[in-house]
Amino acid sequence: MIAVEHLTKRFNGQTVLDGIDLSVETGEVVAIIGPSGSGKTTFLRCLNLLETPDAGRIRIGDISIDADRSLNNQQGAIRRLRQQAGFVFQSFNLFPHRTALENVIEGPVVVKKTPRDQAVTLGRALLAKVGLAGKEDAYPRKLSGGQQQRVAIARALAMEPGVILFDEPTSALDPELVGEVLATIRKLAEEKRTLIIVTHEMSFARDVANRVVFFDKGVIVEQGEAKALLTHPREERTRQFLRKFIGTIEP
Amino acid sequence: MIEESVQLAIDSAPFLLKGAYYTVILSIGGMFFGLLLGFGLALMRLSRVWPVNWLARIYVSFFRGTPLLVQLFLIYYGLPQVGIELDPLPAALIGFSLNMAAYACEILRSAIGSIDKGQWEAAASIGMTRAQAMRRAILPQAARTALPPLGNSFISLVKDTALAATIQVPELFRQAQLITARTFEVFTMYLAAALIYWVLASILAHFQHRLEARANRHDREQ
Repeated sequence: MIAVEHLTKRFNGQTVLDGIDLSVETGEVVAIIGPSGSGKTTFLRCLNLLETPDAGRIRIGDISIDADRSLNNQQGAIRRLRQQAGFVFQSFNLFPHRTALENVIEGPVVVKKTPRDQAVTLGRALLAKVGLAGKEDAYPRKLSGGQQQRVAIARALAMEPGVILFDEPTSALDPELVGEVLATIRKLAEEKRTLIIVTHEMSFARDVANRVVFFDKGVIVEQGEAKALLTHPREERTRQFLRKFIGTIEP
Repeated sequence: MIEESVQLAIDSAPFLLKGAYYTVILSIGGMFFGLLLGFGLALMRLSRVWPVNWLARIYVSFFRGTPLLVQLFLIYYGLPQVGIELDPLPAALIGFSLNMAAYACEILRSAIGSIDKGQWEAAASIGMTRAQAMRRAILPQAARTALPPLGNSFISLVKDTALAATIQVPELFRQAQLITARTFEVFTMYLAAALIYWVLASILAHFQHRLEARANRHDREQ
């Protein structure tokens, strides 16, 4: 489903991603963990070209982007790739001037040219799926953070992407709202969707992810089956990082 | 005395209203073309191609950095020397449009710039082109930010159109001047002219408020 080869990203001469290789199978749920500044969010943003990689190749489904060539000549492919890779932001980034339903149908109507009534039917179904039936006409600022993030998930789903990328989807939420968003993501995982989740929620990663990838200093230090990695990491750096979360990962 | 003044004002009304008609034409025309050109300039200012960016920068700097009166004289009295002769009304219309464009450019540019980067990213993440993102996500929000300062510029423009009197446009102030020259009723005529400007500006301010309220509707209870 996804193949990343030698992905490299530098900010002002500092290497943030140092030749990352990663592949993800269809239906796999991958959690990316690591300290802040480890490059995990940059990696996720590079996957759908929100960040411009300096080198490497990205393939999602049947669309390939080669960052070794000029990206200006690949704009069409980049847009198709983005339709294949839904993105859920840490800070939701809903369109504040549009209602929940309008946010969800924006992509289908504007980008995919889906007939509006068809998009509305789809949008209502998706809002119901994320537990927001009845909130179709609410503007984002009338919704709680957890509700906004679920609208954002519905917006990503509306493009019917092959994979959904989550960038710390619960980090901006009040603690009591984290659960509803995680439950929604868990539901997607149970449907055997392909998901890549950058997260600090270790017990969630253990329960929901098939595989955990540990990033540090722009490289993948270690990856493996979620429960095994989180409870018995092989690398010292992984152990050090996970020590901070002792007590949050129950055996 | 007062009765005579009122009578004079009433007798002059047709001339003053004809002048007010030109004032409205200049204001609306200047705002319309100024906004169009200003939006184009704002896009140029947002461009990463530096000659494009600098061209717009120099334009804005010149039209904001020189008196409007001088710009009008340059167009109406100056251009004929290089072979471009314009009638008073088109000359004034061009002057006000060019001037307004500089201010509109800065207002629109800062309004567009004030929209969170996450909005561009959200639009991109569902596969939109930059043009689609601009039209569907950024501009509707930027318009809301730009509306109050644009409204203020518009009201300023209405008052600035009095400068067109100096290049022979028979607008409101010019009409008042002409009647004054005949009747020597300086106070009455200029007061009448001032009142008409005031009414025009008040009507505009009213519409500005309604428009702002409409643009902010998603902030209120649904």
